[in-house]
Amino acid sequence: MIPLLEMREIVKQYPGVRALDGVTFELRAGEVHCLVGENGAGKSTLIKILAGALRSDAGTICINGAQVDIRTPSMAQSIGIGVIYQDPHLVPELDVAENIFLGHEPLVGASPFIDARRMHDEANSILARLGERIPTQTRSSDLTVAQRQIVEIARALSRKVKVLVFDEPTAPLTGRETENLFRLMGELRHQGVGIVYISHRLEEILRIADRITVLRDGRRVVSVDADGVTIPQLVRWMVGRELSEEYPVIDREVTKEVLRIEGLANARLRNIDLALHRGEILGVGGLVGAGRTELVRAIFGADAITAGHMLLRGKPYMPRDPADAIVQGLGLLTEDRNRLGLFLQLSIRENLSISSLLQYTRRGVIDADAERRRVAEFVDALRVRPPDSELRVDTLSGGNRQKVVLARWLAANSDVLIFDEPTVGIDVGVKYEIYVLMNELAKEGKAIMVVSSDLNELIGISDRIAVMCDGCIAGILPRSEATNGAVMTLATAFAAIEGAHA
Amino acid sequence: MKCLFARFGVGVALALELLFFGILSPHFFTPDNLLNVSLQISITAIIAAGMTLVILTGGIDLSVGSLVAISGVLSTSVLRMDAPYTLALPIAVLAGAAIGMGSGFAAGVFVTRFRITPFIVTLALMTIWRGTAFVYTEGRPVWELPESFAFLGAGRVAGIPFPTIVMVIVFFVVHIVLTRTRFGRYVYAVGGNVEAARLAGIRTSRVLTVVYVISGGLAAVSGILLASRMNSGQPNAGLMYELDVIAAVVVGGTSLNGGRGTVVGTLIGSMLIGVLRNGLNLLDVESYVQQVVVGAVILTAVLLDRMRSS
Repeated sequence: MIPLLEMREIVKQYPGVRALDGVTFELRAGEVHCLVGENGAGKSTLIKILAGALRSDAGTICINGAQVDIRTPSMAQSIGIGVIYQDPHLVPELDVAENIFLGHEPLVGASPFIDARRMHDEANSILARLGERIPTQTRSSDLTVAQRQIVEIARALSRKVKVLVFDEPTAPLTGRETENLFRLMGELRHQGVGIVYISHRLEEILRIADRITVLRDGRRVVSVDADGVTIPQLVRWMVGRELSEEYPVIDREVTKEVLRIEGLANARLRNIDLALHRGEILGVGGLVGAGRTELVRAIFGADAITAGHMLLRGKPYMPRDPADAIVQGLGLLTEDRNRLGLFLQLSIRENLSISSLLQYTRRGVIDADAERRRVAEFVDALRVRPPDSELRVDTLSGGNRQKVVLARWLAANSDVLIFDEPTVGIDVGVKYEIYVLMNELAKEGKAIMVVSSDLNELIGISDRIAVMCDGCIAGILPRSEATNGAVMTLATAFAAIEGAHA
Repeated sequence: MKCLFARFGVGVALALELLFFGILSPHFFTPDNLLNVSLQISITAIIAAGMTLVILTGGIDLSVGSLVAISGVLSTSVLRMDAPYTLALPIAVLAGAAIGMGSGFAAGVFVTRFRITPFIVTLALMTIWRGTAFVYTEGRPVWELPESFAFLGAGRVAGIPFPTIVMVIVFFVVHIVLTRTRFGRYVYAVGGNVEAARLAGIRTSRVLTVVYVISGGLAAVSGILLASRMNSGQPNAGLMYELDVIAAVVVGGTSLNGGRGTVVGTLIGSMLIGVLRNGLNLLDVESYVQQVVVGAVILTAVLLDRMRSS
């Protein structure tokens, strides 16, 4: 049988590194083929070559047995290749139908005018095919991430897509949205579309994959039928060695209260009561949009607070801005490292020391030696790879970038550390390292808050889990009672009530 | 060649340019001519040092040309008052500097507090100050200044023009500020990613405001030097300077998106354009043709820089 897509012996060479070293990848019509590997394994490079965003140095690509030459993204689209990114960038001011048909709008006859009615009709019928009901007049800036992905899928379908690539689509989605996405993928597969699926979430992969291809260091390790593959097996292929446990053993002592929050409220939060202790890892769960990020931003002084009060180490605490919060010992590892956490064009050193410059400045002048020494200490202690503090931070992998941000707060002597989605887009191996670090920091007596959409992670590392729903704390579960079911029940508590009323 | 360029960027272009004019014109490499070039570029280069800071934060300051006029007009008016020169001069300089820095402060407030884009804010200030300079002087230059005032713009210390000395000091200080101080680091951080900077604990509004104050202040310094050199306060002084200044900064390799660039690059950029003008003059190239050549060189320099960074 001729495969729908065949990428043969693809090579991509960058200065000093061979990103792809003769990778072969086959996709059949109507299958979900998962592509897994650690960051830097070559997944994104392979997809970029398929999507026309990069050109390979050697190798061939065939669609239905016929060789094609994909030089630009628009060529990729025209031969039926579509890519759904984690956070699709639609044109915010255009509505759903306009975004779906962007670049190939139906026209009135041979005129230059757009046939708006036909465009909306066709958009509706594509969405209906997907079993979705998004009003086609909605401006895309008003859509959720999940809805934007669906619009992106509809856009691909409007171009008669044959191969659809999903690049870590579920990272920003809630459990329910993820389920829906999987249903959609099943639908597409049924219609004969070949699906390439990339994700770091191995449970997901084993659930939906027909076949799996594992990449490591730019080479294909294996391509197998997904039946019978286990997570440990997958990890072994990805990492090339055994990983003993998923989460570190919790052996720390929760002691006295550091932060107390009473009746906190703002535009997105209502009546939040919460306490955080030394030595504790407090998980914050809930669906995306429940107010988790808003809560940590408010505590950190990044968003305005309209009511309530807080006590930090027993003293009233009401930060004017993040600078104020940092001086008082807080540190926030933001949700989107690259957009909110890092200065991508600056070096590891400059990124790491930015919040603690006061320590090594005298009359405004930085003591370069002191700064370098201090930075080197942290690069060493957290095992940032490569360990060269003068490298630009955008040359690092996701996990190492996260370490740099963490080191920034450790250098600033923060003892209340807030992690917002700390392991999104991070390799299995480095993930464990981050958990170990968090555990150690808590052991040293720091207080840690972790927001995560990954339920297993939340349950695996937290002493307690505060579950949010609709801007409120729906409940707090101690470790002994924290199960997937219990968290999800609380996370959807109010939604269920609203549903009952409707 | 390509390798050289990768390391030294526009510096190579400047060296080539010096070589080119040195060969073609016997008068080019004389001390007199080189000092003359330094004097010619000093006025806009001083402003460009401040503009570099603004552009590094991702902003722009279009008001600098008009600030040259208003500060020149204001300080020369102070000098015409009936006061002893030793007293009048400091007051005149302070008045000029105050209006430049005050304008920069206003720009900073509009940009940070009211969130109006720097382009619009400084465009408005540009026309406001130009208009004010004409209204204040009723369109006439401020003449009859104390003779000793001419020293600032035309005097020499050990043979070196005073504005050149000011320029060297300004660039040295701004370079130190950018590379060695906390404030300098914050300028790069704010320009690179303003939201990340805020979340890293940088008071971004303060950094931005200070940057516009410095830019306005340096524009005023240039305005006073220029008024001294012309021995009059001209309401139409510094017309279109903002464009020359931005060109020098951009040719020097500073990104208009912010976060990337150096003030040393700006100095080289200023010299590249200044040397070109001087060399073309020595070769008797007609001034209209000069404009075409300067424009072409700006494009080429930026293009080469783009190729280098990609």
